[in-house]
Formats: sequence, C-alpha cells, structure tokens
Amino acid sequence: MENNHFVLSVHNLNVWYGDFRALKEVNVNIPEKKITAIIGPSGCGKSTFLRCFNRMNELVPSCKTEGEILLHNQNIYSEDINPVIVRRRVGMVFQKPNPFPKSIYENVAWGIKINGLNNGSSKSFLDDLVEHSLRQAALWDEVKDKLHQSGLSLSGGQQQRLCIARAIAIRPEIILMDEPASALDPIATLKIEELMREISREYTIIVVTHNMQQAARVSDFTAFFTMDEDRAGFLMEYGDTTQIFTNPKEKLTEDYITGRFG
Amino acid sequence: MPRETLDKKIQHLLDEILVMDSMVETAIIESVTALKNRNIELARRIYLSDAEINQRRFELENEIIITIATTQPVMAGDLRRIASILEVVGELERIGDYAKGIALICIRMGNEPLIKPLIDIPRMAELAADMLHRAIGAFVSADAEAARQIPQEDDQVDSLYNQVYRELVALMFTNPSIIDRANYLMWVAHNLERVADRVTNICERTIYVATGQLMEFAPSDDEFAPG
Repeated sequence: MENNHFVLSVHNLNVWYGDFRALKEVNVNIPEKKITAIIGPSGCGKSTFLRCFNRMNELVPSCKTEGEILLHNQNIYSEDINPVIVRRRVGMVFQKPNPFPKSIYENVAWGIKINGLNNGSSKSFLDDLVEHSLRQAALWDEVKDKLHQSGLSLSGGQQQRLCIARAIAIRPEIILMDEPASALDPIATLKIEELMREISREYTIIVVTHNMQQAARVSDFTAFFTMDEDRAGFLMEYGDTTQIFTNPKEKLTEDYITGRFG
Repeated sequence: MPRETLDKKIQHLLDEILVMDSMVETAIIESVTALKNRNIELARRIYLSDAEINQRRFELENEIIITIATTQPVMAGDLRRIASILEVVGELERIGDYAKGIALICIRMGNEPLIKPLIDIPRMAELAADMLHRAIGAFVSADAEAARQIPQEDDQVDSLYNQVYRELVALMFTNPSIIDRANYLMWVAHNLERVADRVTNICERTIYVATGQLMEFAPSDDEFAPG
C-alpha cells in the first residue's frame, strides 16, 4: 500500500448522531485509482463512513462530524468549501438503483447540464459525453437504440449501470458505492463488479459491501470496521485485500470473516 | 454452513488425515520389512492396499470440495486450513505410492537373494515414517514450532541415502553381475529419501496454516545436487 498515491486522507474522524457516537477516531489513507472495500458487521458505521467522503451526513440534522478528510491535501470540511463542489468531485451510487423517472439519455445528461459542464457546447458534445459515459458503464450496446425510453424501463442491473453512467458523466475523481449489487441477481452482480474493475483505472472507488466474497473479488484494499462496547464504530484493520482475507492480523477480523460473529 | 458445522467438518477432515497417515506409515514400514524378510506375500498385500489409500484421497478431496462449495465464503484461517488439507492429502497419497513402489521392487526381485544385509534402508524407513508421524501430528495441531524442527532431520535421511548409494556403487564396481539387484535397492533408498522430502512439504503447509506464511525449507546439502 505504501507505494500508492493517496487521494484521500482521513484524520481523527469522529461522527455523532445527536449523543450517539457512530464513528470513533478513524485514520485512513485511500489509494488513488484503486478499489477500497469497507466491510464489517451491521451498525459498525460503514455507510456513515462512506457518506463522510461527500459530506452527505450533513443532510441528517443531528449529525456532527469532527476531524478532517483531505482530498488532495484540501480538507473537504473546511468552512470555505462548498459541499456541492465536494459532491461533484465525489460521486455516489446507492444500494437500490435510483434512476430519475426520465429517459436514459436525460438520466446521464442531467448531471452534465446541472453542473454546467456543457456550457456553450453543442448538442453533439452532450451526445458524445452521454455515449462515452454509457460505454464506460458497459451499458451503451444495450441501450443505444432506446436512449429516449424511460430509465425505469431497464432491468435492475441495467438501472444500476445507468446510475454508474450518471455518476461518471460529471467526471468525478472518486465514486462511493453503498452495497451497489446487493439488490441484483448473481449475473448482474458480476457485471457490476467487472465494471468496477474496469472504471477503477480512471476513478478511485470506495465500496461498502456485506458480501465478503465480493470484497475479496473486486477490491484492492479492505478496511474492516467493527464497534466498541458503546456501539461506536471504529477501524479495526486495513490492508491489502489478499492479506485481509487469507491472513488477517487482528483476531476480530478473523472472527468476523470466518463467521464467528456479526 | 453455520460456524459449528464448519468446525465439525474441519475436525472430521483432520481425523481422516490421521487415519490416512497411519495407513501410509504402515505401508512404508511394512514394504521395507517385506523386502528385508523377502516376504513376497506381504509385498503383494501392500501393493494392492495402495488402491485403498488412493480411494481415500479421492473421497477426502470430494469432501473438501463440497465443503468449499457449501461454505461461503471460506476465509482466513479456515481457508488456509482447508486448502492445506487438500495439499496434505495429496502428499500422503504420493508417499503411499513410494511404499507401493518399494513393494513392487520386492515382488520383482522374487526369490533372488539380497546382495547385502539391509541395515541402513530399514533405518531410513523408520526415520522417514517417524518424521511423517510427527509432521502429521504438527499439521493437525497447527504446531508451527514443531513443523520448523522436523525438516532438519531430513539431513539424517539424506546422509543414510548417500551412504547406501556409495555402498551400492562400490558393490556394482566389484561385481557387475549384481547391477540389477543393486539398482533395485538404489530405487528403494531413493523412494525413502523422497518420503522425507514430502514430509518437509507437509511441514511447510503447517507453517502456512499457523502463520499464513508460504515458505520453502532450503534443501539440505546433498552431495549429488547439481552445482
């Protein structure tokens, strides 16, 4: 891991929901253009942690975040940073595919338009970007003849790839994925995983998954979170995925991945 | 597969390894006894019983594969344990083949007298079988310390092998009419030397199970090694 360039650095991160401390003193570096998986038992703060990277937790009124997350050495929690800009640089794909009730084309073009990325450019520029994004999301061949049909007419796996196309259309640096395949069948799941490997050449991916085999298959690095007696989540172990799944250093990691708890 | 079921399954596989090991150890010792006592009947039995060892290997392999398929996912210590059992079962089967090879030599030699009293070869067999016994014990209990010690004894087996080799070559020089029979004994000694090498492989697996480190013991100094 030492040889990697880190795109994100988390320092002393603590998150509270009201009086409840959800995350405790997390320190971690995320390598650029790699896939980092976050695993751990339910309630250990995996999703909370993921949402810290694009300041989505702020949308929860009682949520308070302490510590810093550096994106290329710039703290995304600085007062002078606009969370909207953070979210443009750090995209997100959710567990359940959530295309807009609009055409396939509009789903992908939406982010480009709303971010003004097509300013002054021709329609063909937008067409090219939509096509490029759909190709990157390995969906183009399946939808190129029906770009103006509703995104909701696609299958679950296709909808999820559409959401990935929508996320990458605005050229973020990082893509957060919160259990992106847990609502999909095994074939659609493998397609998403293949796609993740493919796009990780250009994007840094952080993925939360309950499926340990998925983490083992798809990720380069794995972070194992668990919680203390007060149910505050913390980072137990972080390392090369191969090492974590064949020879974890921490007994708690071993116990979790071999099904002794969680 | 729930946790307790997997624990029981692994325990069962380890018990089966102990059974298979005792079959293999017996085959090694008895194959050399048959040769020493010129007991062709015993040699035939050992030769035929290798099929049982092979059969057990296939049954265990099958059980391991089903365990992997039905336990999702097999991770960390369990993964190293199950993958290593698969490997060790294969090593035991091959060691069984060496015993079968010795039994075959005994059968081929028929009623021809031995060209010399067998002393070092039975000693090699005892040493190798004893190393195997302790290596399997260490494997089952994941005792990395014992697994590090046992391969060092391979030197004794190698030195006996070299001694037997030199002795047989000297005999062949003085009496070319015994070359066939001397060559048979050379093969017996070679088979026993290979048993000890495979014991070393089993010890490497034990260290992997216990520590996650894949390592290879340096081959002992062998005067016949190239370079």
